[in-house]
Amino acid sequence: MATTLAPGAGIVLSRLSKSYGGVRAVRSVDLAIAPGETVALLGPNGAGKTTTIEMVLGLTRPDAGTVSLFGMPPSEAVAAGAVGGMLQTGALVEYLSVRELVTMVASVYPRPLPVEQAMRLAGVTEFAGRRTNKLSGGQTQRVRFAIALVANSDLLMLDEPTAAVDVEGRREFWASIRAVAAEGKTVIFATHYLEEADAYADRIVLMARGRIVADGPATEIKAKVSGRTIRATIPDAGLAQLAALPGVTSAERHGEAAILTCAHSDLALRAMLGRYPEARDIEVVGAGIEEAFVALTADDNDEELEEVR
Amino acid sequence: MSYPVYLRYEVLRSFRNWRFLILALIFPLVLYILIGSVNRHVTFEDVAFPVYFMTAMATLGTMAAVISGSAIIAAERASGWTRQMRITPLPVRTYFRTKVIVAYLRALLTLVLLALAGTALGVRLPAEGWLTVLGLFLVGLIPFAVLGILLGHLIGADAAAPAVGGIVTLFALLGGVYGFEVATSGPVLAVIKALPSYWLVQAGKTALGGHDWPVEGWIVVAAWTVVLVPLAVRVYRRDTSRV
Repeated sequence: MATTLAPGAGIVLSRLSKSYGGVRAVRSVDLAIAPGETVALLGPNGAGKTTTIEMVLGLTRPDAGTVSLFGMPPSEAVAAGAVGGMLQTGALVEYLSVRELVTMVASVYPRPLPVEQAMRLAGVTEFAGRRTNKLSGGQTQRVRFAIALVANSDLLMLDEPTAAVDVEGRREFWASIRAVAAEGKTVIFATHYLEEADAYADRIVLMARGRIVADGPATEIKAKVSGRTIRATIPDAGLAQLAALPGVTSAERHGEAAILTCAHSDLALRAMLGRYPEARDIEVVGAGIEEAFVALTADDNDEELEEVR
Repeated sequence: MSYPVYLRYEVLRSFRNWRFLILALIFPLVLYILIGSVNRHVTFEDVAFPVYFMTAMATLGTMAAVISGSAIIAAERASGWTRQMRITPLPVRTYFRTKVIVAYLRALLTLVLLALAGTALGVRLPAEGWLTVLGLFLVGLIPFAVLGILLGHLIGADAAAPAVGGIVTLFALLGGVYGFEVATSGPVLAVIKALPSYWLVQAGKTALGGHDWPVEGWIVVAAWTVVLVPLAVRVYRRDTSRV
């Protein structure tokens, strides 16, 4: 999805690259994010999400390319208090209570949220008086979220924010992030949970091996994979024969059940019924985002081989 | 930004850190009261022992107070807190300035409590004498404060506590804090006189009005500062360059 932005608006990454040793962590990434968008950076470990985020925040210097945050380089945007963030790793400093720590961080921003409001949004109010070294992993993560929220910044960057948070906590977490997004703030979060990206982002930017391999609404990403799956009970069909049916890319058997992954499901279904009229309990389902993910990442693999040749 | 609020929590955080208060405050204070009270009528190096030992323990405590800033910086780097603060508008310069202010406040607390203990043991100095000691300490500690920042960027969090203890002990021992002289003449004495800790210990004698801090003392402190500052600036730039 090509987002066209007015000059100086939103977040623009152009031809951004970074290598570590021989590993090309981020390769010529172009991305434009409009103010107010909630964008998921989705990808497996090692896809380049964290490196991209660190370059956007000005923590890592790109080898090539530029980052513009609301028309400014990252250092200026950070100095102006336009950025709030939650890095992937990071402990809290000791010898302060949660409330004291959030107050301290709020004091360095020009327009912070009221401390109590940030703590309520992040769900830390009930243990606000506790020392930061006496918290569970999930509580620590929420305090780090409170620190990002109290910035009251135009851009909120979250690198795998729900790691170490339990299922119930995650729901509250996302409710808060939605509340922030609803105020018109730009939210960018990295995740390798497909469900999170699908459920909470307006837009998914799928990364693999340092590249953006897909970019668009979740539905659009799913549609990129035309394949569907046919499930049917076919007692006597051999696996090789099933896989050889026209339109079928691969076949599996679980007892009498056959699962056919198809490039052309209509073609495959007609062929299957022609050859195995006894087939029953037939289902045709669209690929989930999980399959889309695998398929798109696999495409990138092929491209990789092309490059090698 | 609201600097007073930021400073207040940095100070609070530092003064709740009892591990460093033990080395910088409790250890020299207890040592002073125990040994000073036993030897309160003894004269040492032409100075009443309680006066000599007060500045000796002040040297030990204040060195520990400012060098221990390194352990705090090392811990914040290791835990990722430094990176978290780098994505806030807090200028890196302000971060370090605050660390130095806090280190000096720790040193000041040590000085005040030792002065009170000294007074209790019969040390009497004119107001001018107290101010002289205070002033000389503030200046004499500059190399140690810079050393704290330098070490904070060079050593890991695990190594910080033993490094602080070791360096403080070495400077204290060679500087004459424990009351015996490692050498009275020759090249070893020349080396000892080139240590800033030696001149902190000498600050007590100056306070009695006998003589000024010699030019040599000023030169040593200035030389250490001139050498250490560019090194500290270099490691700090390496660690904190913003893009």
